[in-house]
Order: sequence, then C-alpha cells, then structure tokens
Amino acid sequence: MKRILKTVATSVATAALLATPTIAEEPKKGGTLTMAIQQTPRHLNPAVQSGTATGQPGTQLFASLLRYDEGWNPQPFLAETWEVSSDGLSVTINLVKGATFHDGAPITSEDVAFSIDTVKANHPFKSMFAPVETVETPDANTAILKLSKPHPALLLAMSSQLLSIIPKHVYGDGQDPKSHPANSEGVVGSGPFKLVEFKRGEHVILERYENYFIEGLPYLDRIVMRILPDESTRAIALESGELQMSGFESNPRNIVRLKKNGALRVSSEGYAAIGPVNWLAFNTKGEKTSDPKVRQAIAYAVDREFINKALNLGTAPTALTGIHPGSPFYDATVEAYDLDIDKANALLDEAGYAKGSDGMRFALSVDYGWPAMKPYAEYMKPQLKKIGIDVAVRSSADFPTWAKRISTWDFDMTMDNVFNWGDPVIGVHRTYSSDNIKEGVIWSNTQQYSNARVDELMEMAGATNDSNKRKELYAEFQQIVANELPLYPIFASPYHTVSSTSVGNAPDSVWGTSSPLDRVYLK
Amino acid sequence: MSLGKILAKRIGYGLILLIAVVVLNFTLITIAPGDVADSIAGDMGGADAEVLAEIRSRYGLDRPFAVQLGRYISSIAALDLGYSYFYNAPVTELILQRLPATLLLVFSSQILAIAVGLLLGVMAARKPNSFTNLIVTFLSLFGFAAPVFWTGILLIILFVAIWPVFPVGGMMSASLIDALWYEQWINIGYHLVLPMVTLASIYLALYSRLTRASMQEVLGSDYVRTARAKGLAENKVFYKHALKNSLGPLVTVAGLQFSAVISGAVVVEAVFSWPGLGTLALQSILARDTPTIMGILFLSSLVVIVVNILTDMILRMIDPRIRAD
Repeated sequence: MKRILKTVATSVATAALLATPTIAEEPKKGGTLTMAIQQTPRHLNPAVQSGTATGQPGTQLFASLLRYDEGWNPQPFLAETWEVSSDGLSVTINLVKGATFHDGAPITSEDVAFSIDTVKANHPFKSMFAPVETVETPDANTAILKLSKPHPALLLAMSSQLLSIIPKHVYGDGQDPKSHPANSEGVVGSGPFKLVEFKRGEHVILERYENYFIEGLPYLDRIVMRILPDESTRAIALESGELQMSGFESNPRNIVRLKKNGALRVSSEGYAAIGPVNWLAFNTKGEKTSDPKVRQAIAYAVDREFINKALNLGTAPTALTGIHPGSPFYDATVEAYDLDIDKANALLDEAGYAKGSDGMRFALSVDYGWPAMKPYAEYMKPQLKKIGIDVAVRSSADFPTWAKRISTWDFDMTMDNVFNWGDPVIGVHRTYSSDNIKEGVIWSNTQQYSNARVDELMEMAGATNDSNKRKELYAEFQQIVANELPLYPIFASPYHTVSSTSVGNAPDSVWGTSSPLDRVYLK
Repeated sequence: MSLGKILAKRIGYGLILLIAVVVLNFTLITIAPGDVADSIAGDMGGADAEVLAEIRSRYGLDRPFAVQLGRYISSIAALDLGYSYFYNAPVTELILQRLPATLLLVFSSQILAIAVGLLLGVMAARKPNSFTNLIVTFLSLFGFAAPVFWTGILLIILFVAIWPVFPVGGMMSASLIDALWYEQWINIGYHLVLPMVTLASIYLALYSRLTRASMQEVLGSDYVRTARAKGLAENKVFYKHALKNSLGPLVTVAGLQFSAVISGAVVVEAVFSWPGLGTLALQSILARDTPTIMGILFLSSLVVIVVNILTDMILRMIDPRIRAD
C-alpha cells in the first residue's frame, strides 16, 4: 500500500502567492532587468551542462519539476503534485495542466521522461539520477519514476538547473544532446523567459514568455544578462546603475564597498543549495600529511578567525565541516580546531618531528588553483612557520594545470573550494567516498581518504528518505571526518547577490540567481 | 630586384613563419599539464570520471601527440580551423563573430595614435625648447610607462565612476538590438571612446617621440638649409620638405607595432569587456580550448605577416632610396 509522504495539492498560482514574501507594495509588471553573469556559458542547456554560467540563463529558459524556497521546502513548479511511495521506490509526478514549450507544443510526461533520461546519460553528476531505473508515463500528465533504492537527493535533483525539462520533439532528433545546435540558438524552452539573442562574450537577452504556465508571471518584460568577467567592472557598473543585479560576487573588498551604498541591496542569501565550502585539503597519502596528527597540528596552527576577519573582512560564514553551514545536515558541534599553537607543537612532537636547530621540523608545499585562493595559500607560509613547518606556496599557471596536479595526487596541501550542489549525496560524498579516489578527476576524493565507517555512513544516508535518520548519520560522519581531518574546512565562499533597491523580490531562495526570476520585478 | 620578386620572397618567408607558429604553439599548448576536459569539469563544478573520459576521447585528447598534431596540420592546410571544444561551435564562426569588434578597436586607436602623435611630434619639433615640447615629453613618458590595463582602469574610475559620461564596458547597449543602424552605430561609437583612447595612449607616446626625433634630424640636414636658403616659406619647408622625409620611421614602426597592438587589444578588451578576439583568446587560453587558441594565433600571425609585407611595400613607395636598393 502506498502511503503519501508528501503531497502539495494547492494550485500553482496560490503557491506562487504564498511563497512571495509579504511586502507592502504590489509587484509591477514590465521593464528590463540588466544583470551580470561572469563568463560566457558554453551553451544554455543545463540538462547537459552544469555550472553557474549556464545555470543562470538556463533556469530562465527551462523550467524544472520543483522549485525550493528560502527554507529548503520543495514547491510545486511544473509538477503540480508529487508523491513518494512509502518504500521510497516510486515517485509519482502530476504535471501542471496547460504548460507549453516556447514553440507552443504542450509539455507532457513524455518530455519529463526524455529529460530525465537525457540528464542521466549526459549530466556530469551521475549521482543525481543513478537510482532511477525507468520513468513510466501512464498518461500525458503523469510520470512515475521507478527507483532501485530510496534516493533522498531526488527532490533536490528535480529542482533548478539540475533538471531542466527539455522538449523531446527538439532534442530527441538523434543528434548528440551535448552538442545540439538548439543548446545555443533557437532554444525551445519551458521556462518563464525565451531566448532573444545569445552573443558570446557580450550578452544573453531573454524576453517574457507570454504563455508561461503560471498566470500573471513573469513580471519582467526582459532580462539582459551581460557577460562581465571583471569584478571591478561589475562593481562600478552596479554603483553607476548600469547593472541592476549581479550574483556570485565574492571579492570581500567589493562586497564591503557595495554594502555602504544606500542604493544597493547586498545579500548573502541564495547560495545554500550550491553550497560552496573552502578548505585546506591534505594529501592523506603524502609522506608527512598521511599522519592525522600532522593534519590536526596544521589545523590548530591556522587561525580561522584571522582569515575570516582580515582576509574575508567578515563577509564569509565559518564552515567547520565539508557540508555547507546553510544545509539542514550541517553539524556545528564538531571539533573546530580553534587557534592553539602550543597544542599544534605538542602534536608534531608526538608525531616524532622534533624541531631542528633552526626551529624548523619539515617542509611542505601548498597549492592554489585560481587567483581568489592565493591569499589563503600565502597566509599558510608565515603562520605554519610558527610551528616549524617550512611552507612553499606553489602557484599554477591556470586551472587545468592545478587540476592535473591535484587529481594526480602531486601535492601536499592545497586550498580548494568545492560545491555541495544541493544534497550531500550529489556534492559531498564525492569528496570522502573511497570509491571515488579517481586519478585525473578533479573534485573527486583527491585527498585519497579512506575510512570504511565513513563509506558505510554515507551509503546509509544516501539510501533513506527519513531526514531525521539522515541527520544522525551525517552527524556521525562529520564527527569522524573532523577528527581524521582529510581536509580542514575554513569558510563558506562569501558569495553575495548585489541588487539595486529598485529590484523587487530579489532571488533569496536556496538556489539564488540560478532559479527562475519570474517573480522579480522593477519598482 | 623587382618588386614582384621581393613580394614573392616575402610571401615565401611568411608561409614558413606561419607553419612554425602553428607547430610551436600546438606543441606548447599540448605539453602544458591539464587539458580542456579539466577546464570543462572546473566550469561545471566537477564531473564524474566517465564524463571526463568521454570528453577526452571525443576530442582525441587520448591519442598520441604526433597524431593530434598531424590531424591539426592537415585540417588547417585545408583551411579548416576546426571545432571549439569549449563552445561547441566552429572556430571560424567564433572568430568571425569577434573579429569586427577587434578590427574596429585596433584601427580606430591606431588612426587616433598616428594623427595625434604626428601632430604633437611636429609641434614639439617646431619649437624644441617650448612648453609644448615639455608636454609632449611628459605625455610620452607617461603613456609609455603606464601599463595599459592601469590606464584603462584609471579612465573608468574618472569617466564612469566619478564623472559618469561613458559606459563602463561592452560594445553596444543591449536595449538597442532592435534599433535603427545609425542609432546602433552612434551607441557603438560612444562605447568605443574609452577603450580606443586607452589603447591609443601607448602608441601616441611612441609616435609623437618618433616624429619629433626624426623631424629634428631632418630639419638639421643640408637640403632643408638649401630650401631655406633659396627663400622658401618656412611652412613649405616644414611640411612639404621635412615632414614627408621624416615619415619613414613612423610608417615602419607603425607597421611593426601592429602585432603589439593586437596583444595590447587583448588587455584593453578584458578591461572594457569589449567583445573582440582578445577576450575570446583570453577565455580560450584559460579554458585550454586548443582549436580556438590555435585559430586566433593562426589568424593573428597571418594578419601580422600581411601587414608587415604591406608596410614594406608602402615604404618602398614613399622612400625612393629603398626602391633603388
């Protein structure tokens, strides 16, 4: 017998109203929002391309089955209702009626099945839909997902840029969806905005889709996404009013400066699902760093407070574990390794590395892969000298050079920034699972960390829909990895969305600017 | 030697150079650690092992180096620049989309630099100990010493942040995509001012110094004294006799500087988000998109070679002494 675990049977229009924060004024229709994205997307189809460059325009062009609010609650979107069976092995989705693609064709369960198959076969995150065995389509409005095991990440994987509903009659023509011409030109989407023009290096221009399935939305007539890679250019354009919004702003100095501007709203909301965590990773097979005592000593010697105050200027939240502090599974009770130089020295003595006559014990290198990580890597040198570790900062010419070094385990320590991507199953397990020690794959378990209990905990947490149970399992997991410390988490990236105060309903949901901007309006 | 023979020889050298550019750059890009699969994974926030393996085999990155180089040379010999790994589009299409923006920036800034540089140089040469001369010297030192990205940022701070008269970057306001052509062109001109002035600043300094130096040299020569002695008006001596003969160095340098202008454009385009070849080159290098980088390098070396040959020919036309040789 099926027990309904989750049913939301309100009409989509009501839900849209409920999810809108209470504001005195009525949203106004019309106008053009000019916002920035930081790089030219490879193309605009998130079904076969992950990342925020594609995600920001992609979620305007393509709707997903669900959307999430500020408190991690799934909301109806293209799915009017959804039910998970009591054994967790089947998920029934009822589509909203009357939804159409931008070419006027109806959005049916066939398209949902096709989209899930396409994502499963082509998306870089295999863990999202791996347990989905088949998608049944009993009628045009119903899709039933059959799973091989309960899959707690599924609902998140059906939201935002992780599952774009793409038209089967366009992408199912036999061409490879990864290089399909309709990924960049003549995009036939399902979302609130349709494509006007995509000019690489310049802009993506989007226009409201008149027959969007949510009555009265979107409010905006147009969204112009200007491609502006330079952060100072974006800051000046925000100040001068040339830009009305920009997401993923992460330079602490710019954030502090823009916060002082009364005409701008600077918000750190909207990044919990992407979940970026910055850490100092150790090669746990390295000659010195294979000893947990050495790793703990380094953690005690690094002053997280100093990093957050002096380097991040207070713009970044502290992160104590590999799970983002905004996640419901974050455990703040783990060992924090607050600054304690004496303890660090004692640990190194214990590990058998006595100080030499020059006060030094041994040498290590620290890597960084892109300019934003440089200050943290450089900070390690003078700081770890205090406990007798001679740190050499190694820079890489570009991202691929660094990725190659780290993914072939040619490093001692490195600064890194890894995204959670919604559920820990998608973005956290990959960092710790011993199955995922894979040569040549960046952001796999490049620490080469391996612990049977940790593997077991992740497997259990990834196979149950009981969120309390999952919380317990992830708590034990976080305690163990905080003690063994394959990586030392320091802070969550200071991503901020900067918007003009004339922008109403700025995107604060867990997916931030990588979610449909259909409720955003201009005052 | 006849002009045709010289031209044939120059073209022959050019072809050899072009092949060397292709082989050398392809080798350098390929031997660098990491590849486009890493950069695609980085762009996507990570990717599974099989996805990376699929990318590598799709683009032949798992094949031996000699095979990859051979394939590239045979495709470029057929004038096919290949397919961009990163952007999923033909390289020729990517380049042609961006080329007009770069050409506009490069030529407008060169015209500005030559015109103003010549003017300032002549003014300074006319009155060697004057205030004008001092200003020209100062401007030359400043333009030459200031890094071009710094000049660009300084102009943005001055004319966008403090005194907002120009847009911060880009080439055309997106709101004008449906507007009439002349409205679009006016808007492009408006966006062009700051990047053009920035790129021109370095060469302006160079050209004004050069003009001044060669003018001063020519003004001290015997034939100028003769011209003055036979009673010609000073303006005629100056502009007809002296200026024409001191143009040689300017033309040579302007031609030779063309490659430097293109590399300067890369920086200026990045500062002003100018959607030209420079930004494409920068992005492709960061992404390790070998076909696109190679396409841009091939095209820009072709342009430099052609411009150098043209400079050579122009020099022969304006200076009879070279023709005789």
